[in-house]
Amino acid sequence: MQDFSASFGLAFQLVLAADPDLLEIIALSLKVSLSAVAIACLIGLPVGTAIAMGRFRGRTATIILLNALMGLPPVVVGLLIYLLLSNAGPLGWMRLLYTPGAMIIAQAVLITPIVAALSREVVEQLHCEYAEQFRSLSVPRSSAAAALLWDARYSLLTVALAGFGRAVAEVGAVIIVGGNIDHLTRVMTTAIALETSKGDLALALALGIVLITLALSVNAAVMALRLTATRYAYA
Amino acid sequence: MFKTRLARIAPIVLLGCAMLSVPALAEEKSILVQSTTSTANSGLYDDILPIFTAKTGIKVHVVAVGTGQAIKNAQNGDGDVLLVHAKASEEKFVAEGWGVERFDVMYNDFIIVGPAADPAGIAGSKDAAAAMKTIADSKSLFASRGDNSGTHKKEVSLWKDAGVDTAASSGDWYRETGSGMGATLNTAVGMGAYAMTDRGTWISFKNKGDYRIVVEGDDKLFNQYGVILVNPARHPNVKQAEGQAFIDWITGDEGQAAIAAYMLDGQQLFFPNARR
Repeated sequence: MQDFSASFGLAFQLVLAADPDLLEIIALSLKVSLSAVAIACLIGLPVGTAIAMGRFRGRTATIILLNALMGLPPVVVGLLIYLLLSNAGPLGWMRLLYTPGAMIIAQAVLITPIVAALSREVVEQLHCEYAEQFRSLSVPRSSAAAALLWDARYSLLTVALAGFGRAVAEVGAVIIVGGNIDHLTRVMTTAIALETSKGDLALALALGIVLITLALSVNAAVMALRLTATRYAYA
Repeated sequence: MFKTRLARIAPIVLLGCAMLSVPALAEEKSILVQSTTSTANSGLYDDILPIFTAKTGIKVHVVAVGTGQAIKNAQNGDGDVLLVHAKASEEKFVAEGWGVERFDVMYNDFIIVGPAADPAGIAGSKDAAAAMKTIADSKSLFASRGDNSGTHKKEVSLWKDAGVDTAASSGDWYRETGSGMGATLNTAVGMGAYAMTDRGTWISFKNKGDYRIVVEGDDKLFNQYGVILVNPARHPNVKQAEGQAFIDWITGDEGQAAIAAYMLDGQQLFFPNARR
């Protein structure tokens, strides 16, 4: 088990040396996954809220479907997006295949159901609490939705983090639609897959340690933001 | 009041930052090469492509997948140039009109690697088919790519020469990993199986364990790489001028010299043999 100690040492060296290639890969990983989270929130939050507050036929079926979609296999999503964006596919004219844009789309497709399903859960619970008040005060639905989203903001932040975690850790989709092209579409996970296939397990694990640290930093940053916001709010 | 507003704004700002980071895709002179894991993993491209880019200003983006997938991607028009190693499939690709013309680029050879214990007792053999027959007869583990790649196609043809029906033993002693060369070597080393690999990947592979080359030097193990421009008549998106410039370069004196000069651990990995 020489690899473990070697990897930790290597991970430190990589970070301390601030290797420009590594920084480029880290930056792209963050760019792709944060953009995917933003898109997923823009779509997923309204959808989740609408289902949470709505009463319509097939609601239960919709919820079941949404919950099931949380388990979308990345490699299948990657394949579907590849077929759509391929020059032989219907969206080939967009020239997006093998670009970060394609990777953002793939990850957004993967995590939008997560954001929608989890935010539905969060908002619905809150809605149960507030429903009577909304009714007695005749609050318009749009204002009610805004109030619910606002009051649930911290839970929803955790929802967004769950989406980010899935996006940044995912390899199956981005390696198909991004192609793992050096200096163009190589992100942390595809770099790890590449080093593993080269048999350089120590370097692969070192990159893995960097990726986990990265995810930890993003979560810590959000937590710090939340604490600061709460402190200001009640100061 | 100000403080409350800050608390309100903070999450929105965070979202905004994420939005702003959507990449602006800059236009630059570049081509996309659909190629194989064996060439990319060996580090050859990292070594020779900067020379081409410095000379022409054309960036070369390489997608490294199995030969089967590379050909499929090129057929879909997702690439300008195809550089792979399965001559029959390449010629079919050109014959069907997907590619313009095929040129030889370089060669290396395939080898069979196995554990030091050598359970089938084939070390030192120069007859690939006979060695593989021995592996089959002794039911020693063999890890196959099983992914329709150039290496896999070569391996299948060798089993045919050896008169072994691997399909009957799949999952038994014949293990198809369905993954790239490096991943298959990792698997083989992990379970003590023999495996066939190209020499380039083997030399640059870092997780060898006690594995060594057991079979090499058979003429049948010759591994030829070819380069093809994807047909612009089929796919108007193909960057014909840039792609042709790359093919002219890699099959020309300068590219061929760069290939010959690429060394890893003091060994030459690829041997240029473009005929012009």
